[in-house]
Amino acid sequence: MTDWLSPEEWTAVRLSLKVAFVAMAASLVPGIAIALLLERGRFWGRQFLDVLVHLPLVLPPVVVGWFLLIGFGRRGPIGSFLAEQFGIVFSFRWTGAALACAIMGFPLLVRAIRLSIAAVDRKLEDAAGTLGAHPVWVFAVVTLPLIVPGIIAGMVLSFAKAMGEFGATITFVSNIPGETQTIPSAIYTYTQVPGGESGAMRLTLVSIAVSVAALWLSEWLARRMRGRIHA
Amino acid sequence: MLDVDIQHRQGAFSLNARFQSDGKLTALFGPSGSGKTTVVNAIGGLVRPDHGRIAVQGRMLVDTKKGVFVPKHRRRIGYVFQEGRLFPHLNVRQNLLFGRWFTPRRERTTGFESVVELLGIGHLLERRPATLSGGEKQRVAIGRALLADPQLLLMDEPLASLDEARKAEIFPYIERLRDEGGVPIVLVSHSVPEIARLATTVVVLSEGRVAASGPASDILRHTILFRQTGLTEAGALIEAQVLRHEADFGLTVLQAGAGTLTVPLLDHPTGSRMRVRLRARDIILSLHEPKGMSALNVLPGFISSIEEAEGPSMDVQLDCGGDALVARVTRKSIAELGLKPGLHVHAIIKSIAFDPDALGGAKPENM
Repeated sequence: MTDWLSPEEWTAVRLSLKVAFVAMAASLVPGIAIALLLERGRFWGRQFLDVLVHLPLVLPPVVVGWFLLIGFGRRGPIGSFLAEQFGIVFSFRWTGAALACAIMGFPLLVRAIRLSIAAVDRKLEDAAGTLGAHPVWVFAVVTLPLIVPGIIAGMVLSFAKAMGEFGATITFVSNIPGETQTIPSAIYTYTQVPGGESGAMRLTLVSIAVSVAALWLSEWLARRMRGRIHA
Repeated sequence: MLDVDIQHRQGAFSLNARFQSDGKLTALFGPSGSGKTTVVNAIGGLVRPDHGRIAVQGRMLVDTKKGVFVPKHRRRIGYVFQEGRLFPHLNVRQNLLFGRWFTPRRERTTGFESVVELLGIGHLLERRPATLSGGEKQRVAIGRALLADPQLLLMDEPLASLDEARKAEIFPYIERLRDEGGVPIVLVSHSVPEIARLATTVVVLSEGRVAASGPASDILRHTILFRQTGLTEAGALIEAQVLRHEADFGLTVLQAGAGTLTVPLLDHPTGSRMRVRLRARDIILSLHEPKGMSALNVLPGFISSIEEAEGPSMDVQLDCGGDALVARVTRKSIAELGLKPGLHVHAIIKSIAFDPDALGGAKPENM
C-alpha cells in the first residue's frame, strides 16, 4: 500500500482525513445549537441567521475563502485577536483548512439536523415534561436520541464536504504540502505538472473510496438507529 | 381536591370553566370541541390559561392574578394521553421508570412491582413500544404516569383509540386504580357508558362552559345534559349487590335499594357490589303492578319530578326505595296517564336491557 502511494500523497491523504474529521467534530455542537435555534427559536433576526448559515452553500467557495482571509488572516480582526489572546493561528495552517471546511460544510450539517428536529413529535416532549423532566433533560433524553439519525447524516455530509473542499481552502490557506495540501489541492497540483496524471488518478481513487466508505457507514448507523427506535 | 376556575381563548373558541371536585374519579364529559382537553391541558401545565386559578390538593398551580404558573415538570401531575405517547427509543421498563428519575427519592412511594402487577404488564417489560398493541400501550402509559408518583392523574380519552375488546381489557384496570390506587383521577370522555362505569363525579362541559357538575349518580339521570352525544345512553346509576346466580336461565339476580333486578348472567361472585346503569329509554312506567308480562324487573316507586327532555319526550324522575331512577316518557303518555310528582308508579325494565356496558364493578364508597 505504501508503495502504491508516494509519501507526499500519503501526507495529503492523512491531512485530508485529519482536516475533515476536525472540521466535522468542531462544527457538531454549534451545528446542533444553530439547528435548534432555527427550528424552534422565535427571535428577532432568525431569518438573517438562516441566510447567514446558508451563504456558504450558494456563494462561490473562493468568496468564502476570501472572507476568511480578511477576517481570520494574521492581520484580520478576528485572526489577530485569536493569535494574540489564545495563540490560535489559522492562516496557512491546517487549522485554517479545517475552519474553511467546517464553514463550507456547516449548512449541510445544520440542514440535516434541522430536518430531523422538525420531525420530532413535540407531544413526546410534553409527555416527558409531565413526568417531571426539566426542559434540558427533555432535550438530553428524548429529543437528542430521536434526532441521532439526522445528526449522523449531517456529520457524514459535513465530513464528505470537507474531504472535497477546494476553493475556500486554497484561497484561505494556500496549497502547502504537509500543512494545507489536502487531497483536492494535491490533485490540482498534479494536474498542473506534466506527467501528473497517474498521481491524480491514485488520489482520485482514494477520494472515491473514502466517500463511499463514509456513505456506507452512515447508512449502516442510521439503519441501526431506526431499528432501535421502531422495532 | 381539585379546584378549577379558568378563562382561556384559543382562536374563536372561548373557555370559561369553573368547577370543584373531590371525587376519586372525576369525569370531564362533553362533545368534541366543548373544551375538555383544554381543561386537562391547563391542569397538566401544557396550556397557560389567560385568566384564573387552578389548585390541586390545596397547592396553587396557576393563579394569573398573583402571577403564579408552575411549569409542567414541577406539577407532579400525571398525564395519560389519548395516543399513549410512549418514548419510542426506550423499552417498556425504561418508559415506566422515566418519571422516577425525576422524582425526589423520598417521594417515591409507588412500587414498581405493584404497578406492573396492577396493570398486568410484567411480560412486556423488555419490549419496545412499537411492538405493543393499543391496549398494552395504554396500560404502559398509565403505569408510566403512576410511577412518577403524581398528586393527580389526568387521562385524556385513554380508551378512545381502542376497539371495544381493548376497552373491555382496560376498564378493570382503571376501576382498580380508582378503588385501590389512592391517586385521584380526572378522566376526559365523551362516552356515557364509560363515565357511567368509571366516574364518581361528573363535570359536563358544553361549548366551553360547565353545564353541570356533581356526583355521577345525580348528573347522569338528567338526560338533557347529554343531548348532544349521549341522549340514548343517559340514565340512572344505582348500586347493587349480587344476590344469586340462576345459571340454568343464564341470569343473575341483583339486590338494589329499589328491589331485585334480574340481569344476564355475570361472573361476579355472590355478595359483590357493583354499579348498574338504568338507561332512561329502557324504562317503562305503569300505574298498576303489571301481571302476565315477560319483563322480569318491576320496581315500585314514586315520581319525584318531571323534567323537560328532547322533542316529544320528558324525563320522569323516580324515587324507588331510595334509589333515584329516571324514565324517558312521551308527553302524550304523561298527559294520558296523568303522571305528576308524588304519584305511585311501577318502573318496568327488560333484563336484556342490561348490556355488559351497563354493569361495572364498584366499591360502595365510590358511588
